Amino acid sequence: MIPELQAGGLQLAYDQRVVVDDLDVKVPPGRITAIVGANACGKSTLLRALARLLSPRKGAVQLDGRALHSIPTRELARQLGILPQGPTAPEGLTVLDLVTRGRSPHQTWWRQWSKADEAAVHGALAATGIADLAGRAVDELSGGQRQRAWIAMAVAQGTPVLLLDEPTTYLDLAHQIDVLDLIHDLNRNEGRTIVMVLHDLNQACRYADHVIAMKGGRIVAEGDPADVITAENVAEVFDLRCQVTTDPVSGTPLVIPMGRHHTS
Amino acid sequence: MATKTLSPKSGAHFRLALPPLSGRLRPRLITVCTALAAATFLAVGWAVSMGDFPITFTEALKAVVGVGDPGTLLIVQELRLPRAVVGVLVGFAFGLSGAIFQTMTRNALASPDMIGFTQGAGTAVVAGIVFGWTSTVSTQVLGLLGTFVMAALVYVLAWRRGTTGYRIILVGIGLQWMATSATDYLVARGMQFQAHAALGWLTGNLNGRDWSQALPLALTMAVLVPAALALGRLTRTLQLGDDVAIGLGTRVQFVRLALLVTGVGLVAFGTAAGGPIAFVALAAPQIAQRLAGTAWPPPLAAGLTGALFVVGSDLAAARLFPMELPVGIVTGVLGAPILLWLLIRANRAGSGG
Ligand SMILES: Nc1ncnc2c1ncn2[C@@H]1O[C@H](COP(=O)(O)OP(=O)(O)OP(=O)(O)O)[C@@H](O)[C@H]1O
Ligand SMILES: [Mg+2]
Repeated sequence: MIPELQAGGLQLAYDQRVVVDDLDVKVPPGRITAIVGANACGKSTLLRALARLLSPRKGAVQLDGRALHSIPTRELARQLGILPQGPTAPEGLTVLDLVTRGRSPHQTWWRQWSKADEAAVHGALAATGIADLAGRAVDELSGGQRQRAWIAMAVAQGTPVLLLDEPTTYLDLAHQIDVLDLIHDLNRNEGRTIVMVLHDLNQACRYADHVIAMKGGRIVAEGDPADVITAENVAEVFDLRCQVTTDPVSGTPLVIPMGRHHTS
Repeated sequence: MATKTLSPKSGAHFRLALPPLSGRLRPRLITVCTALAAATFLAVGWAVSMGDFPITFTEALKAVVGVGDPGTLLIVQELRLPRAVVGVLVGFAFGLSGAIFQTMTRNALASPDMIGFTQGAGTAVVAGIVFGWTSTVSTQVLGLLGTFVMAALVYVLAWRRGTTGYRIILVGIGLQWMATSATDYLVARGMQFQAHAALGWLTGNLNGRDWSQALPLALTMAVLVPAALALGRLTRTLQLGDDVAIGLGTRVQFVRLALLVTGVGLVAFGTAAGGPIAFVALAAPQIAQRLAGTAWPPPLAAGLTGALFVVGSDLAAARLFPMELPVGIVTGVLGAPILLWLLIRANRAGSGG
């Protein structure tokens, strides 16, 4: 069974500053969801709350009807994985060590390297295309290689629900597509629920089954990419005029921004 | 069936079917720990055999287990052995405690001698000497109290929606300077003989240590060392930052508090027994990390490095110089070049820090 992740009446705040207020969201189980929106609109804040990294001021996040804070954090870590935005590894830590740490919620004092651990770690290294980097230090990799090492750690955790904050940042176009294809595979082959923050609307349309568009801490529109990514919605969410046509390859919406200097 | 393999993909590891034990092995770390333990053993043997009344190495070892003539037994068991044992224990406690704090805060500067804990002990002991409390309360108890009060202050003042490593360091450095100033003030207003006694304690000294210092420390360490080594496993996720650690199922605030309590206990009892021996808590974990080639200070190796460091320095202090020096002077003089050499070597090899 794929666990269902949802939240109701969420108020999220840092000290006195309320970033998200009275937000309801239901993550479609077994599907890929993309959260889009302008910088600082609260995407990471929402994702962190969905992963119990931030406790809501009001409301609650629930996994299969249980409030997140009532689930022991280790048990939760076997159900739900999170890759935050911009994580850092200690100097000199090898890729293999990093990816192995993704297995911690499955390990005990006496069982530190089970067959399942080994299979998950090597599977994740292979899937992210970094098997040959296993012995290298994470801090000595390029930004894109490093990002893939962190994704491999999250993949090795082997959770049915996986939350990713900007997994394609730092990657060149080819590797962006690689990572999104990998996420697609994890979803289609293993049935994992994916929620990811993306900045590229066209990629969100191609790879997500469900798009959530946020502005100022509120959800402006959500649903099928074709219904959410319209010229009107993009204008509202990003303050950007654009044309939306059809992606010739995938048949999903394709956003062509206009800006001040280019108009039709 | 046991499998111990060295596969190029996973590195050395072992896996038993029954009981279901498994783990990855770090051959270099194991080698380093073995070598450090052997070297510490030799240093202790040397320390108990050398002195104004020379005893052969084998005689000394026999006397340790109670075989030999009464004179040798007295010298070894009552004079030299307790001093060496206090050295080993204090060094181990400082090294391990340093490794705990450096790992917990992800910062090499966060060793207990940098964030005020040892300075807190110093202020308490010097106040005791200057105000004449030492007739009723022993310096050991004062040292303990000073460390605990300081650690509690650092924790409370650094608390803000949970503690972060960075805040602990900044608050700790601030309090460290306050404690140092208070100590300086007390030394300045104290009388000459008091100032002399205070300075002697503040340097860190193993001279005249007996079983009354070694036993409380040994008993505390019998509890705290296993606890610290067990917690070490939980710090592996903590090293990746709080968000990632929570995501991987670590109870970050609980682990941090448990680490703080163990680390403070180790440094408090260590300081109470040996005084604030300079530089050990900061340098031993960093030296161990570079010897073992790990990305974090390895706890056991850090403790062993600390033990060897203190016993070795005490030997050097007693034997290499025309007059006997307190060990705290030598640890700084010996430790700094070793650490600098390791740092420079690492940079040349292209792998910084
Ligand atoms: N730790 C924090 N303390 C205080 N305020 C914060 C913190 N993290 C984020 N904020 C604030 O909350 C708001 C939402 O931030 P958030 O990180 O959720 O934005 P985002 O949508 O993920 O943006 P981006 O696209 O730039 O990653 C911003 O105004 C930000 O300044
Ligand atoms: Mg963000």
